[in-house]
Amino acid sequence: MLKIVICVKQVPDTTEVRIDPETNTLIREGVPAIVNPFDAHATQAAQHLKAKYGAHLTVLSMGPPQAVEAIKKCVSMGADRGILLSDRAFAGADTWATSYALTAGLRRIADEQGMDLVLCGKQAIDGDTAQVGPGIARRLGWPQITYAIGIPDVDVEAGTITVERRLEDGVEVVKARLPAVVTVVEEINELEYASLPEMIRAARYEPEVWTSDDLDVEEQFLGLNGSPTTVSEIFPPPQPEAGEIIAGGRDDSAAAVQELVDKLIQRVEAGTAEK
Amino acid sequence: MRKAKRKLQIIAGQCIVCGLCEGECPFDAIHMEGDVAVIDYELCTGCGKCIKVCPTDCLYFEGEEEAEEAAEPEVAEEVAPELEAGLAEYQGVWIYIEQSGGQVHPVSWELLGKGRELADALGCELAAMVLGEDVDDVAVATGYYGADKAYVIDDPLLAHYRTHPFAEGCLKLVREYRPEIVLIGATTLGRDLAGAIATDLHTGLTADCTGLVIDEQARLLRQTRPAFGGNIMATILCKEHRPQMSTVRPRVMEALAPDETRQVAIVRETLEVSEEDIGVAVEEFRPDADLDKPNLQYAEIICAGGRGLGSPRGFELMKELADALGGVMGASRATVDAGWISHDYQVGQTGLTVRPRLYIAAGISGAIQHRVGMQTADTIVAINSDPEANIFQIADFGIVGDLYEVVPELIKQAKAGNLKEKLLGDGGT
Ligand SMILES: Cc1cc2nc3c(=O)[nH]c(=O)nc-3n(C[C@H](O)[C@H](O)[C@H](O)COP(=O)(O)OP(=O)(O)OC[C@H]3O[C@@H](n4cnc5c(N)ncnc54)[C@H](O)[C@@H]3O)c2cc1C
Repeated sequence: MLKIVICVKQVPDTTEVRIDPETNTLIREGVPAIVNPFDAHATQAAQHLKAKYGAHLTVLSMGPPQAVEAIKKCVSMGADRGILLSDRAFAGADTWATSYALTAGLRRIADEQGMDLVLCGKQAIDGDTAQVGPGIARRLGWPQITYAIGIPDVDVEAGTITVERRLEDGVEVVKARLPAVVTVVEEINELEYASLPEMIRAARYEPEVWTSDDLDVEEQFLGLNGSPTTVSEIFPPPQPEAGEIIAGGRDDSAAAVQELVDKLIQRVEAGTAEK
Repeated sequence: MRKAKRKLQIIAGQCIVCGLCEGECPFDAIHMEGDVAVIDYELCTGCGKCIKVCPTDCLYFEGEEEAEEAAEPEVAEEVAPELEAGLAEYQGVWIYIEQSGGQVHPVSWELLGKGRELADALGCELAAMVLGEDVDDVAVATGYYGADKAYVIDDPLLAHYRTHPFAEGCLKLVREYRPEIVLIGATTLGRDLAGAIATDLHTGLTADCTGLVIDEQARLLRQTRPAFGGNIMATILCKEHRPQMSTVRPRVMEALAPDETRQVAIVRETLEVSEEDIGVAVEEFRPDADLDKPNLQYAEIICAGGRGLGSPRGFELMKELADALGGVMGASRATVDAGWISHDYQVGQTGLTVRPRLYIAAGISGAIQHRVGMQTADTIVAINSDPEANIFQIADFGIVGDLYEVVPELIKQAKAGNLKEKLLGDGGT
């Protein structure tokens, strides 16, 4: 049977993030934590493979203790097993240290039960880096197939997977050797509602929690200490200088537009003269 | 309950849940909860260790807000001497040249433009990394755009992009010639490659940088990118690992005007990968059938509509305006989320970065996440019924009014006065 592991992250729902108009900062209170949407699509894709070929699905996440909620959500979407890597030693990890710890978790899972395929979301919506999936693939030394919009075929006998990838100017179809790492984009599927029995199972499910002691890792590569990048400064975006308001937009739009058109033409002429 | 000597407070809006305080706290009294650090007053002793490590200064003791201001200055840029000697072996600024069938992605030229500036600041060489099949012309052209040297790997296995052989080729070059900085375009392909290379090199990689400058004293690349929904800019350093790697989106930097007399020195290397190592075969490529897919990133004129359009039909009006001006349509995320228009048109942080000569924003409020995608347009025109709308803060020209009156009028006058010709005509590139 196909053994699939899905890597998921719990993130704040950025679509719910609002800006405080007075202070111009993010209003963070009450923002719900969700499963990173790309990862939810990866879980759904795994569930589809399970329905088609039969598969065992394990969800792996790294995060604070409350990230078990994200894992339970994935269990309601069809995952059989859920593991959370949670330890203060993991805190403050950048993408390098994140893929390091996750890969250690994946290796342990592979040792315990075997692993044919790792699915990740393309990127996490809170960081938008798209670096963790490739990081995992390189560390495992497995083929990396990013931006999947479809997995039309998995041939366990032959040990191959066929993936359709969304590129900038079209769709590329690749056939890769298993085991492999595939990252998915939203286009791959529509999220489905969990069935009642699945929801009940998920509510009762208790994910396993592994700390750094449970993994074959070197302390120096974990969390903040293991992160090559550091944040040196945080500042608000620069405020640009405001331009000119052309009067009359409300009561004489023809005149206002005429003035705008003249000004645009003037700019072009000034620009051409400069050259 | 433990009696803390001082009461720790947090400025929630400033917290970026980096987890530094959590790792630092000896008493397990701070935890990241969703998107803010939460203090457990039962456990906090008021020792203040967390305050020292917080990068955003969002932690303070009640009543001590002032004193905290004067806290010690950052001694960030210091590195142990042995390590420094190792780092000094890395010299030069490199740009990865993304090409397909000899066709170079313009972001590579843009990065050469930026790279020239960085290399000059460092007093080092600017080099291009060119991988592919039959890429000699590409290598020569890198000189026109500012490169001093081109490292070339030409191999039939590199005919089409696949992660493994391209990553191995880049790794070989970087390990052999040791650049201190490597920049890669944040394109579909560039992101696929950059994450792979940085992992093997055990170095930092900062995605989607909007600002890159050299700290000459520390000889470090200061990489600035929007963080946490774009409301905050973060400057990232990679102090103890080389090369320092960043990805940059198309249209963020500017290419130099090509100078066809500029020569580039070519250094050739070979690829040590065989087909069997790769494990991935490209079976088919289906080009997008939709030929009018917008090319927003490189459009000269963009007419963008927001939620103020009121309904999907508003984009018909925007299309008419775009046609009248010889431009293309753009959109805010609110309209994309509402399903009025496809994501291909979305401008902003989670959409495209554009840099047209003229950007017209109609019914767009100008949220920071939208602005980061379009604020470098040469001329910005805003049409909005709310005089307080943020978009007016960055507009060169604003008209306060109902877009359903202003835009049709603009279409009419644009057609009558042949504005399209005047805007794009002889001033065109
Ligand atoms: C993590 C994150 C990422 C995001 N990424 C992006 C992104 O990439 N791109 C993006 O655009 N947004 C993005 N957003 C969303 C962004 O914060 C705003 O919500 C969005 O840009 C608002 O779109 P809008 O201006 O069309 O709508 P609104 O903010 O609702 O503004 C509508 C405007 O139309 C005006 N208006 C209404 N009727 C009329 C009329 N008849 N005539 C003239 N004006 C009228 C109103 O005065 C108002 O200013 C992101 C948000 C988050 C949290």
